[in-house]
Amino acid sequence: MHEFISTWVARHGATRDKLLPLLHALQEEVGHVDDTLVPAIAESLNLSRADVHGVITFYHDFRRQPAGRHVVKLCRAESCQARGGAAMEEAAAERLGVRMGETRGDGQISLEPVYCLGLCAIGPNALVDGRPVARIDDAALERIASQVAA
Amino acid sequence: MTRVFVSRDMASVALGADALARALSDMGCEVVRTGSRGLFSVEPLVEVESEDGRIGYGPVQPEDVAAVLDGTHPNRLGRVEALPFFAGQQRFTFARCGIVDPLSMADYAAHDGWKGLEAARAQSPQQVVDAVKASGLRGRGGAGFPTGIKWQTVLDAPGSPKYIVCNADEGDSGTFADRMLMEGDPFCLIEGMAIAAHAVGATHGYIYIRSEYPFAIDTMREAIGLSAERIVPFTLEVRVGAGAYVCGEETALLDSIEGKRGQVRAKPPLPALQGLFGKPTVINNVLSLAAVPFILAEGADAYAAVGFGRSRGTMPVQLAGNVKHGGLYEIGFGITLGALVNDIGGGAASGRPVRAVQVGGPLGAYFPPSMFHLPFDYEAFAQAGGLIGHAGITVFDDSVDMAQMARFAMEFCAVESCGKCTPCRIGSTRGVEIMDRIVAARHVTPVGMEQAGSGYLGEALYSRAPSRIDISIEGQTALLRDLCDTMKHGSLCALGGFTPYPVLSALDHFPEDFGAPAPVRQAAEQDA
Ligand SMILES: Cc1cc2nc3c(=O)[nH]c(=O)nc-3n(C[C@H](O)[C@H](O)[C@H](O)COP(=O)(O)O)c2cc1C
Ligand code: SF4
Ligand code: FES
Repeated sequence: MHEFISTWVARHGATRDKLLPLLHALQEEVGHVDDTLVPAIAESLNLSRADVHGVITFYHDFRRQPAGRHVVKLCRAESCQARGGAAMEEAAAERLGVRMGETRGDGQISLEPVYCLGLCAIGPNALVDGRPVARIDDAALERIASQVAA
Repeated sequence: MTRVFVSRDMASVALGADALARALSDMGCEVVRTGSRGLFSVEPLVEVESEDGRIGYGPVQPEDVAAVLDGTHPNRLGRVEALPFFAGQQRFTFARCGIVDPLSMADYAAHDGWKGLEAARAQSPQQVVDAVKASGLRGRGGAGFPTGIKWQTVLDAPGSPKYIVCNADEGDSGTFADRMLMEGDPFCLIEGMAIAAHAVGATHGYIYIRSEYPFAIDTMREAIGLSAERIVPFTLEVRVGAGAYVCGEETALLDSIEGKRGQVRAKPPLPALQGLFGKPTVINNVLSLAAVPFILAEGADAYAAVGFGRSRGTMPVQLAGNVKHGGLYEIGFGITLGALVNDIGGGAASGRPVRAVQVGGPLGAYFPPSMFHLPFDYEAFAQAGGLIGHAGITVFDDSVDMAQMARFAMEFCAVESCGKCTPCRIGSTRGVEIMDRIVAARHVTPVGMEQAGSGYLGEALYSRAPSRIDISIEGQTALLRDLCDTMKHGSLCALGGFTPYPVLSALDHFPEDFGAPAPVRQAAEQDA
């Protein structure tokens, strides 16, 4: 991983404003930003460790633990709520066997909240492994469940 | 070969547009992927090119393709522009969206693309700034600050380099216009930014897009690559957010681009004078920048001729939530809220009565139908205790629990607070607790409350300090108002400062959901 960081920085630059792009790149590569990488990140961008830690923990997107093999992000914002989102959230937790904000014990599924996907007229909505799914009802939930079972 | 048009907008794809496009191309059609027209009740939509123009069918699924191509499918809509939803619109900013291939430079040029930039470059920077001032354009990101005046400040500011930053964080629930424009007509935003760069003397620009918009990120990156030569000496890049609502606030956004925690900066200094990396910076919303090519190409007067009072030009209104015909509706300011919700939106999708609409995202007020006469206009909404914000309208039917919505507003503020000031950081958490007590108490008689130990009114909390906490509904709503007052006046930015809008408007207009008596006004309304 240290090599990934040094290669990335050599290619994209070592200025402080590259911190978020680097964290995004790391997370895409490894799946999460491990605490053990903080010193290397800090050193490569000439920042303090506390600085880097502060940024990682500020943003909801960055994870310090591996996610499940599949990630279901369910919208919790108002427009989806207006279309039955809260009930769907409960049904999803039940059907997928994992509580909102958690990763299932077997590491198969993470269920995460997201506050609006910009699909607000066709909710409740989700991103399933990055793919948008709209108008989630019981049938759609069933399709999602079988997708993330694999 | 038959030419057909299918949207590649994230919403259309979420409804099955990719499979539809594949089925059409399997049938031997030439498929052009466009942006969305913005009427999501007919997506996935396919338009078939014919001598009478493009004939729309929607919603349709892959198995409908044969019937669509022989013209017998029951969901035949005719010419899409002729549908009532489109006939009433004034599409200045979204004129090309849904019509062109978003990544075709040829399409863009054929539909009046780059005309604004050419006109701008034939003028001095001051003349361009004057044109934007004369158009009356106000920032579409929420605050409604005049764009021309902002540009003037940056033009006059000493220091170099200067930057153009596009705020594409669009975190408000019920809003998707920025996303639609970036996915459906990305060159329009690029052209607007290039005009801004010429106007103030900037050389480099950033588009800060939220990570929840993967399609917009890809489209913008590709469009920047394709148009790079067209906009020299100006250069552009995309930066991706990381799931923090507060980074939509302009100074937090700048800190985020700089690689810091997205915390709000105290003003002054204004970003116009000391913005990104401490340099003079124009920071504008996507729709503000995308309105500029029209203004330069067609003239400031053509833009200013439409509108209401001091709100000039058009507003891309977003109809969302529980609404029958949800989508993007661009129209001059001044149309009433009720016309938008009922006439254009068709009321609640559930078929039940509309009970409340929230305008302007999570920091916007909730309005009951008795206020549907309000004209869409910055000042009118401010006077009515609300805001237009990014012009998202979220419709709720009568199954909504307004106390739960007030609780959600507080919860959202607690989750998203940047942590810089106490009223917002701590107050929102206390607000959630008050709302939990109200929700738990509202169906319980005062006598029964003593036995309600299992709910939020846990014995532990209240038996210990009964004299210090007034747990009556009246006591808790008084506490809620007091807390909102502190948040409103003690917060540095609108996240903490405006959360009282949804909370107090819910309490004021729907007190019965908070365990208080229903207002007489509503009884009269039901009779009417
Ligand atoms: C908490 C918060 C979130 C905001 N989110 C956005 C946003 O997502 N997009 C946006 O353009 N403006 C947002 N704003 C407003 C910006 O601070 C700023 O006013 C705007 O980007 C200026 O551009 P404009 O003049 O073109 O509207 C937000 C403000 C606050 C306080
Ligand atoms: S009001 Fe909230 S989000 Fe805004 S600066 Fe204060 S703590 Fe940060
Ligand atoms: S509120 Fe769920 S997608 Fe916008």
